[in-house]
Amino acid sequence: MKTVNVSLVGVGGQGILLTSDILAKTAALAGLDVKKSEVHGMAQRGGSVISQVRFGDKVYSPIISDGASDLLVSFERLEALRWRHLLAPVSQVLINDMNMTPVTVSSGQQAAVADLSERLSAEYPGALYIDALTVAKNLGNTRAMNMVVAGAISKLMPFELAVWEQAMKERIPANLLDMNIKAFEAGRQLLPAS
Amino acid sequence: MSKKVLLSANEAVAYAAAKAGCTVASAYPGTPSTEILEYIAKFKDTINCEWAVNEKVAMEVAIGGSIAGARSLTAMKHVGLNVALDPLMTYSYVGTNGALVIIICDDPGMHSSQNEQDSRNLVKFARAVLFEPADSQETFDMVQEAFEVSERFLVPVFVRLTTRTSHTSTIVDIGDDYAPRKAERKPYVKDIKHYVQVPMFARPARIKAEERTRALRAYGCETPFNRIEMADTRLGIITAGITYQYVKEVFPEFSVLKLGFSNPLSSELIKQFAAKVEKVLIVEELDPVLEDQIRALGVTIIEHQTELNMMEVNPMRLMALRKEVLGDIEISTPKRADAGLPTRPPVLCSGCSHRGVFYMLAKLGATVAGDIGCYTLGAFPPLNAMDTTICMGACIGNVFGMEKAGLPGRKCAVIGDSTFFHSGLTGILNVLYNGGKVSTIVLDNRITGMTGHQENPGSGKTLSGDDAPVTDIAEVAKGMGFKRVVRVDAYDLKALEQVLTEALDAAEPSVIIAYGPCRLAAKLMNAGTFAVDSAKCKACGGCFKLGCPAIERGEAVADGRRFKAQIDPVQCSGCNLCTQVCKFGAISKI
Repeated sequence: MKTVNVSLVGVGGQGILLTSDILAKTAALAGLDVKKSEVHGMAQRGGSVISQVRFGDKVYSPIISDGASDLLVSFERLEALRWRHLLAPVSQVLINDMNMTPVTVSSGQQAAVADLSERLSAEYPGALYIDALTVAKNLGNTRAMNMVVAGAISKLMPFELAVWEQAMKERIPANLLDMNIKAFEAGRQLLPAS
Repeated sequence: MSKKVLLSANEAVAYAAAKAGCTVASAYPGTPSTEILEYIAKFKDTINCEWAVNEKVAMEVAIGGSIAGARSLTAMKHVGLNVALDPLMTYSYVGTNGALVIIICDDPGMHSSQNEQDSRNLVKFARAVLFEPADSQETFDMVQEAFEVSERFLVPVFVRLTTRTSHTSTIVDIGDDYAPRKAERKPYVKDIKHYVQVPMFARPARIKAEERTRALRAYGCETPFNRIEMADTRLGIITAGITYQYVKEVFPEFSVLKLGFSNPLSSELIKQFAAKVEKVLIVEELDPVLEDQIRALGVTIIEHQTELNMMEVNPMRLMALRKEVLGDIEISTPKRADAGLPTRPPVLCSGCSHRGVFYMLAKLGATVAGDIGCYTLGAFPPLNAMDTTICMGACIGNVFGMEKAGLPGRKCAVIGDSTFFHSGLTGILNVLYNGGKVSTIVLDNRITGMTGHQENPGSGKTLSGDDAPVTDIAEVAKGMGFKRVVRVDAYDLKALEQVLTEALDAAEPSVIIAYGPCRLAAKLMNAGTFAVDSAKCKACGGCFKLGCPAIERGEAVADGRRFKAQIDPVQCSGCNLCTQVCKFGAISKI
């Protein structure tokens, strides 16, 4: 199969790295070649975070070139704009409908984006929006928000549900697994079958 | 039979070391190398592993293990090798007994480093061996081979990763019979001609090191890790490490010489490859290390203007290279939407115990020599409380040099606990011995923070999770002879102001320990929530000077020139600093 490029972006602390781990593991369990690349360190809590997953018959570069992401998943609204250049001409965008104010704005050093909704609509007319935080809250665990997003991602990816669940089982500690699988299932309900 | 797992290269190092029978491993944390020893600790039944206090000690421990006949490993980031270079340079001449394998992690693009030095220069300088894996599978294979080569040729062997390989997960076939191996120690025989490097013994060792290099060049021609992939011969690309992946993506139809074993360079292999292709192109990341050596062999290589000798290489940069040298592709510019967006830089966490110290140092108008750690973020607005950051432990010597140079005003060094243990001890001793008056403030949060919470001599635990003696920094300073040694609560601004003012204005040197455990590590991020009483808030902006991510701009007053404060209850971790800063009693616990 042709290599599929997925970029996951957001803010440090949102659980992006675990989500990309699960996606990469799922692709590997499905028998594909896979590379998952992320850059962390330097007190990234609260900073912009990006993780990239590529899978297919044979994958060379771990870095996705600009303009080559088939799917952009943004865990936060502002970050979706920041990484626009990663997107391929024909592609999908999944946005978690959540705002996290950068400290540069809350402290008054830089201006907020006043017309964020308009800019998002203009850049991504076909974007899928989900409210993963509210879903996770209703399940009683806001930290499981990332697995709600993962559930939504799973509806856009060519893998069987059982493979996703196997990947979660291998990656998530046993005592947290049930909660995370529930969040994942709830995330799947947010998008119609592709 | 195969068993395939998804591993980062850092993780693959640990799997390989355990399989190869490594029994001694020592390292100091440093991005992107940190996880290597954390993964090795999972094999602690067969690998005697530890966090060393710095890279020099880690190298010395690994060398000691090697002398005693054990297969030994150390891992460090590029700048760590500067610290560890002294023992390495001589041990390279001595030659190994048990294997000595060094995992060196460079950081092209400086994702998390203060400089971009290319360690390949130092490997060559040390007359050591270098393997350069391009993914986790090669890391797994090459690290095992590194142990073999080290014992076969009696040479320290480097395996070079970069941030990209260290932190990329790829599929590794570890084999279905995978198991850690408990290796026999090679015999140790006392031999002062070998292990005591005085001039009369060092001279013959120097000659032997050159003979060894010749033998290694021959090995480079036979090892399967140096591989020629013949295809279209109009262009032949010589590459090593991660850039191989980008070459395969951007120049898929051309011939490639992939150097997995890149030092000492196998001249014959290079010449053979060059003879088979019409033109030779070198693709490497950072310094022109291969290029300079290959040029010196008399091989004609393609000249180009595309800059590849600094910052991280990626497929897009190679597309620009292809456009220049072959002119057969067009590059489209993807649409951007990030113009004018507010940035999201890393910040000190809400509730960070470093914040109060920097707030106070800014208030006191001190010149602050800083150091490497989370607290380097104290340099940035709104705290603006740091003047310098050079390298691990540099702050103390730097501020003393400022004093000697006659720089007026209040001056101090600020250093974290782990950095202090790493290379601050000699600095404060030098200040004391030479009659300095500067203050050294140790931000003691009881953990190595920036690299992700590794244990250190102050934390009471080892890498393996065993109990360890807790080193008391105040007692260390007193033991050296410091008279003014004060421990102060990093969250008590009044006490901080008094202690710091007195210390910075005193006519004697001092060591101040600002104590406050890292809230992330101590899981204190939800210690309570504070809120602003909007009726009492006068929009003075005082609390904004703390730069706490939980304190946000609220209601605008005075025609939008000033803002009342509000606290994000999700981000507030209840440290209580802002209540101390507020002059109007507008902030209280809810």
